[in-house]
This record gives sequence, C-alpha cells and structure tokens, in this order.
Amino acid sequence: MAKGEIVLGCLAPHPPHVVYAENPEQNEAFSEGGWETLRWGYNRLARKLKTIDYDAMVIFTPHWQTYIGTHFLGLPEFKSKSVDPVFPNIFRFNYDISVDVDLAEKMCEVAGEFGIVTKMMRNPDFRIDYGTITSCHMLNPDWDKPLVTISSNRNAHYYSAEVMNEQASALGEACARAIEESGKKVVLISSHSLSHRHFVTESPLPEDMSREHIYNHSQYVWDMKLVDLMRSGKMREVIDIMPEFTEQTIAETEGGGLTWMMAAMRYPNYPAEIYGYQSVIGTGNLIAAWDPMEATREIVL
Amino acid sequence: MTEPEILFGIYCPPHPQPLLSPEASDGYGKLRDAYETCRKRIEESEADLILVYSTTWPSIIGHQIQAHPEPEWVHVDDDFHFLGSMPYKFRMDVEFADAFKNAAESRGLQSRTIEYDGFPIDTGSVVALKLLNPDNRIPACIVSSNMYANRAETIVLGKSARDAIQEQGKKAVVVVVSSLSNRMFTEHIDPSEDRIHSAKDDEWNRKILEFFDDGRLEDLSQLSREIHGQIRVQKVVAYKPAWWMSATMGQHNNYTGEVLAYEALHGSGGAVVILTPASESVGDKEFDEDDVEHYHGDRGVLDKGML
Ligand SMILES: [Fe+2]
Repeated sequence: MAKGEIVLGCLAPHPPHVVYAENPEQNEAFSEGGWETLRWGYNRLARKLKTIDYDAMVIFTPHWQTYIGTHFLGLPEFKSKSVDPVFPNIFRFNYDISVDVDLAEKMCEVAGEFGIVTKMMRNPDFRIDYGTITSCHMLNPDWDKPLVTISSNRNAHYYSAEVMNEQASALGEACARAIEESGKKVVLISSHSLSHRHFVTESPLPEDMSREHIYNHSQYVWDMKLVDLMRSGKMREVIDIMPEFTEQTIAETEGGGLTWMMAAMRYPNYPAEIYGYQSVIGTGNLIAAWDPMEATREIVL
Repeated sequence: MTEPEILFGIYCPPHPQPLLSPEASDGYGKLRDAYETCRKRIEESEADLILVYSTTWPSIIGHQIQAHPEPEWVHVDDDFHFLGSMPYKFRMDVEFADAFKNAAESRGLQSRTIEYDGFPIDTGSVVALKLLNPDNRIPACIVSSNMYANRAETIVLGKSARDAIQEQGKKAVVVVVSSLSNRMFTEHIDPSEDRIHSAKDDEWNRKILEFFDDGRLEDLSQLSREIHGQIRVQKVVAYKPAWWMSATMGQHNNYTGEVLAYEALHGSGGAVVILTPASESVGDKEFDEDDVEHYHGDRGVLDKGML
C-alpha cells in the first residue's frame, strides 16, 4: 500500500452566515446574499478541490467542544438537522453526511499511542456541529466525499494557549502519521475565524452589508499580521505567536485548529494561497489553503 | 408596588450523570435524589412557571429566550455522548417569554425570543427540566447566558425577569443551572472514583455552600468575581449565576437555604440547593459594587481618557 498523504490544507472559517447567504436547498432560512468576498473565495477554492484527487476530508471543529480528551465521529452516517444555537435565525441546515470511520478509528488509535486522551463518538443521535457543516458545505457543496470530524479539546480554557498549542501540535503529528498509515489522500480543514470578537447586536437584515465591519482596528491589524506571515510561508512563526495572537484577539484559534493542521503538514515554509478575508458580525475571517505540490500552488489573491 | 411572587429558587448542576447514570456512583445517586426532592417541592407548591437560567446555553446576540411552545428533540452531550441520548419534549410559556423579552428591552438589553423546530436546547436545561418537571405539568422558560455579558448586564437581565414575573402575575420557581467549581478531569474516570478535582476547589465549594445554607444570596452575588478567579475555568468573562439569581429573586440575604446534595461530577462541583425567601436575615454586608437598573452598553472609559 502506498503511503497516505495530505493533499491540501484549508483554513475554512465557518460563520453560518456564508451558508445562509448562498441559499442552498438544505438551509431553511432565506437570504438576499451578503459576504461575497468570503463566498466567492470559497467558490474558487471549491473549484480547486474539484481538480484534486482525494479520499476524505478531515475537519477539526471548535463547535464540538470536549473537555475530556479529543473525540472522533465514529459512525458511517449522520442525517438530521443542525440548528445554530447562536444564530438560529440564519442556520437550520438539513444534513446527510458520510464518515470515513476507518480513518477516524486509525486517527483515534494513533493519537492514543501518542499519549492523547481519545474517544470514538458512536451515539447515532449525536448532532453534527454547524462548524463542520458550514466549512464542508462551502468547500464541497456536492457533499460527495466522506469526512472525519475531530472535536476540539479546550486546553486553552483549562490551562493556557501555550498548552493548547502543544497539545494541538501533538494531535496534528498523530493525525499525519495515521493518514500515512491509512494509505489515503486526505484534505485537512481547520474550521475557524481568526480574530473573534462579535458584535452583540444584529441588524434587522443580517446580510445588510452596510453594517458589516471588523470589531476594532486592533483585531484587523493582528489578522493582517498573520496573513502576511502566511503569504511569506512562515507558518512556524505563525504557530509560535499563536498564544499571543489568540489572547490578544480572543481568536477562534483557541480551539487549536490551525496549530493542529500546521503540525500535521509539518509547518509549511511555502506561501499560502489566500482566497479572501472579510469580517462577519465583527469577527475576522480568512480563507487560505496550503498546497504541498509546487506545480499546482497558485498566487490567488 | 407589590413584589413579584417567587416561591423559591433552585441551584443545580448541568451535567447529565444524575439523569443518565445515577446508579454509576453514590454521588450521582445522591444528586438524583436531591433533584427528586426539588421535583416534589415544585409539585407541592402553587408554581405556575419554572424559569431557567442556564450556563450551558451561551449566546452572543444579546439574551435569547426559548419561546417554542413545545420544543422536541433527542439531545446528546458533546463530552458524555456515551452515557446515552436525552429525548425531550417540553412545554414553554410563550407569553412569559415575550414578556421577559420586552422587559429586557425596556431595561436597555438586546434580547430575542427563539422559536425554531430542532433548536438545540442545552444539556443543563434538558437535565434540569427533565428531572424537575418530568410531566411538563408546569410551563417553563429558559434564558441564555451571554458570553460577553458581565455584572451590570447580568443583574439587569435578572431584574427584567423579575419585572416579567410581576407583570404576568406568575408564581415562579427560579432555576439556575450551574456547577460550583467547574474543572473536570481531562481523562475518562471510573465514576465510582469520582471526586472534586482539587482540595482548593472543594474548599471553595464548601464555603459557597455555607453561604447558600445561611441564605446569603446577595453576599454570594457580591463574591462572584472572587469565585470566578478562584475556581472557575476561564471560559467566559465572569461567574454570573449568582448575579442573575440574586437580581431575579431579590438582592438580599433573607433566604432559608437548604443544601440537598454536594457531589463531584467528573471532578467539578455539583450541588443542589433550594433557597426560599424568608423574613429573617443573617444581616447584610456593606456591598462594594453599584446596583444597576438599566443597561447602557459598555462604558466609554477609553473615550474619556482621550485628548
Ligand atoms: Fe465559530
């Protein structure tokens, strides 16, 4: 069996607003659009994904929060409705997803060997979180690939952003090993915003773009610092400053997603593809991808 | 002006063990028994509303209030999914939810009612309502805990609840769903070996329970920031349940307190407490922090310092 590999890594923010704005048939809410900078970026990245040969998507989500170890989806199918507890007015999504249980089990097993506390989630009534659904829908609206969702252990809450960084790195290394041993071609998805301070009010029409802007300039400056480092292929440095970035911008990186993905991809020293940056209800959202193949790596924006 | 009729308050933990696996340890069983006592007390009372403030329902857009007349789903906890599913069907007091929302808005808060099929009611609310009101004999209302809200906002939210109870002429039981110390073990444990995560957490929990036992609710409210720093995992900006409970039930220490159970729930502190308004007070301390009637948003501290 050939060694498995990571064929692409995607930073894929999941404000449900982008799915709402697309009006897919699965979502019950109806919008007049909005957040085009992000959506068009997503559309472009989704087209790139169509040109890549891969077996499964592995997504790390901040909206399946676990305190007792890291959990993996462990049943082949989940079909239900996901209603966002925070923005139920815009996201009520009927999903039907398939899971690569073999790959999930392999990751769970190898992570266990790495000393990480793990658990397979095998309750058929479990509801898939809206982070997983939003990122996966935007990257693959056809839903024709199986996925594995990994929960985010809240090390940043229990200990510190530094501990989060270390634990998420260890999990990333374990997942990379598991992927190699699986023989599969895998797309990794780190599902989160960058800076993450929300407005606590919403305009009567959520997609009214005349009201949308970053929460404050400090958040923007930090986000741009990260984008610059990503553009110049300095992912080791990004992860090194992750604790400070996370603390300063109450970033959604606190869940460990980006650290996990970069560790799994061995801290790329090549430029990230940048697909778009836009605020959603005040938070900073970047779509980016890391393509290990130099021949297909692009300068997108 | 007449006072709102709040029959008593219950403080109880959000973890699913007392509902799903009470037999797994003596402690979980004792918590379950304490819930049973509360259930009977509610049944024997003349309550016509159960109002729940849940720390496991976070919100961002202001304060969300459940207003679906009959929310129904099968809930599964993020961490404790292996303990089983929690099917539920509740009965909500929609009129009260609307009144609460209006009261919150008239005190300057952002608030909205939530009425969607399949809305994910949180573990804490599901556990509390299933155990306290299993037959939906009494209609309920659930309010979220805003992630960013601090003291002023939370106190004003409590006062809004009080306004609505009074305006609607309800006889209410107020339920706060929250742990004491909330640090869980980060590993899977044998439930029979469950214990409070640390001696420090245990000591603080017992101190809090002394206050509860003495009926000193407003003193606990005043201690909230200290409690947050000492024994709360820093997930949100503050430990808010005592602020809300005191502002809703009445900001004083004239309560009869009954601590029905105190046990570990995967390391965190779970207590079931009943507070009943009484006439005897253990005395009020000199309180340090301002009382707040209206919420005016974040104060422009930085603006004032600008040249
Ligand atoms: Fe999120």
